[in-house]
Amino acid sequence: MTDAAQFAEPAGRSKLSPARLARRRAAERRFRLYGLGAVFTGAAILLLLLGTIVANGYTAFFQTEIVLEIEFDPETIDPDGTRDPEILRFANYQTLVHRAMQAQFPEVTERRAKRTLVRMISSGAGLTLQNMVLSDPGLIGGSQTVWLKTSDDIDSFAKGKIARDVAAADRRVKDQEIAWFDTLEARGAVRSKFNTTFFATGDSREPELAGIRGAVVGSFLTLLVTLVLSFPAGVLAAVYLEEFAPKNRWTDLIEVNINNLAAVPSIVFGLLGLAVFLNFFGLPRSAPLVGGMVLALMTLPTIIIAGRAALKAVPPSVREAALGVGASHLQAVTHHVLPLAMPGMLTGTIIGMAQALGESAPLLMIGMVAFIVDVPGGFTDPSTVLPVQIYLWADSPERAFVAKTSAAIMVLLAFLIAMNALAVVVRKRFERRW
Amino acid sequence: MTPAILAGAVLAGAIALTSGAAQARDQIRIVGSSTVYPFSTTVAEQFGKSTSFKTPVVESTGSGGGMKLFCAGVGEQHPDITNASRRIKKSEYETCTKNGVAITEVKIGFDGIVLGSAKTGPDMVLSKKQVFLALAKQIPDANGKLIDNPYTTWDQIDPALPKMKIEVLGPPPTSGTRDAFVELAMEGGAKKIETLATLRKSDKKAFKGIAHGIREDGAFIEAGENDNLIVQKLEANPKAVGIFGFSFLDQNADKIKGAKIGGVEPTFENIASGDYGISRSLFFYVKQQHVGAIPGIEQFVTEFTSDRAWGEDGYLVDKGLIPLPMADRKAMRMQATGLSPLSM
Repeated sequence: MTDAAQFAEPAGRSKLSPARLARRRAAERRFRLYGLGAVFTGAAILLLLLGTIVANGYTAFFQTEIVLEIEFDPETIDPDGTRDPEILRFANYQTLVHRAMQAQFPEVTERRAKRTLVRMISSGAGLTLQNMVLSDPGLIGGSQTVWLKTSDDIDSFAKGKIARDVAAADRRVKDQEIAWFDTLEARGAVRSKFNTTFFATGDSREPELAGIRGAVVGSFLTLLVTLVLSFPAGVLAAVYLEEFAPKNRWTDLIEVNINNLAAVPSIVFGLLGLAVFLNFFGLPRSAPLVGGMVLALMTLPTIIIAGRAALKAVPPSVREAALGVGASHLQAVTHHVLPLAMPGMLTGTIIGMAQALGESAPLLMIGMVAFIVDVPGGFTDPSTVLPVQIYLWADSPERAFVAKTSAAIMVLLAFLIAMNALAVVVRKRFERRW
Repeated sequence: MTPAILAGAVLAGAIALTSGAAQARDQIRIVGSSTVYPFSTTVAEQFGKSTSFKTPVVESTGSGGGMKLFCAGVGEQHPDITNASRRIKKSEYETCTKNGVAITEVKIGFDGIVLGSAKTGPDMVLSKKQVFLALAKQIPDANGKLIDNPYTTWDQIDPALPKMKIEVLGPPPTSGTRDAFVELAMEGGAKKIETLATLRKSDKKAFKGIAHGIREDGAFIEAGENDNLIVQKLEANPKAVGIFGFSFLDQNADKIKGAKIGGVEPTFENIASGDYGISRSLFFYVKQQHVGAIPGIEQFVTEFTSDRAWGEDGYLVDKGLIPLPMADRKAMRMQATGLSPLSM
């Protein structure tokens, strides 16, 4: 009780019952404890959530690799020696990987064992070699040491996600593979490297090749459309309703409906998008353009409500002073009221955008819940968004996608935190108080 | 004012973009079942990598939702292929025909439905009849009269079963896995009960009503479409039993085990040979009018039905697909690449 001094009884009021006073103080203490308890419970749950996500997901930022001596055999890559990019592109590079892996373990001759052996390397390894050859055809005929990704099972094993002590029949990585892996490790041919693929590629069915670039670009394009559509419309609607519209039954009705719209479940906007944008206007499915339009509808009420609150907070004296020196109504609003209200409007917009970034339900209806490998290059290219990517990975049977899911959640959270921090900065920096 | 200019620019941009999109589509679009999704996407990715065609876009809409989109019509705004974890229904076929859609059916393999529990829990050996008795909403009593399911623990059904509360986590009615489970396990079990078997002969509809009714008193818990979630819940609760696809058992064999159904363990071999009782066929359907109009469909079908994809050593098997027998594969490949029309 540090505040005891404040409660000290003033002289001349000693009639006050000490028991009643003690009860009142106890009640206050209890109330504070309840409050603290609520805060701590919330914080603990948040920490638990973040802790699980980070613990599950941090391994996805690393990838186990094996070094192999690859021989760029001209017979396999380009038998006729034309160096035609089309031929170089479709050559069977995976064979080169298989040969190099078999060279590491020449004692393995049985067909099934050989298959198991070569499958320790990711099926995307051929693609790595293809890119190397395409950028430098001079490699053909020579040999080079290349670090190649392991398959998702071997990667999970190396990260300790698949335990050694489980019965072999129940383990996805068998004893033989573990023995090979240990041999390679003893030779110093295994390393764990930062997983750049995760940030550089689109989706894939192979966990070790899957990345979030496609989803991040898709989210960016979608949000750009959302912003460009909803911000001007939201600001205009807020200014008109707050500054120009007569107060009558119609504007009341509009106001009630805007508030209702803000509470409509987001899937409804998806259905609307399907019916209007896709079926009626014939816009392409899975496109960020349509996704952005649907999310703009969803964000609009948030922006209008935040915008009106910001305009209301500008004191009437500002308007009156402007009108008093002869400004027109429009001039008073655009020169004085709107600039003062803008920080509040921007805050509302950023929060609305953050909401839109985390939304996946309305996008289901317009076909953005899809497997898309290519990173979208424009507003009408098929694309997906971050929350959808998380949902799709969470639903995949491959064990390694569990870590990818958590890693993608971390990326999404990073974007959300950045956006909300921006909102706080904008408010703190530009807001004026009266 | 800037916002007005911005809005104008956006409108103009949107119009420009839309007119751009009106050009012919050069990318295959696939919709349909979430069970077939992992296989379809794997083929799509391989196809994109090994040919000069664009990687097809695969949407996971569920079997029913996929059929609806697929059968809506011919034209590039409609998908080219739909995946299904069950055969096309008569009503769906009729919608397709009405909208002028001619289809080719391709059966790609099997998927087992597993009743699994945590490794730490007791072993379960169930018959379909026991599954029905544990999960049906109404069951016939000793006199053949229908009563609400009275069982609360497994050993009440059969003393040989563990003394454990009946707690089954399964997919919701929108899921294809649920449809297949009800049809194969529940109906199969109901047939084994005499009074219901006689009812089936006299009134098929009433029989289906009973066989398809899953109890709603808390013993069956709808755990959502996400099979991974069911697996995690089983791990946390060794007393519960979950219903999910075989690929999830395959991937998590160190944590969960499958119950034997009719004495047969849910293994790759048993499902492939048809010994395991709860397995279903997986399909995809191709829109014939789009072959030739959208580039790459023929090649995609060829890739899907090649032995390096769906064969016994193919990459789809790595993803958990249970392949058709060799002879069936050959026949199905002929049917698929020859685009033979489906009639019902």
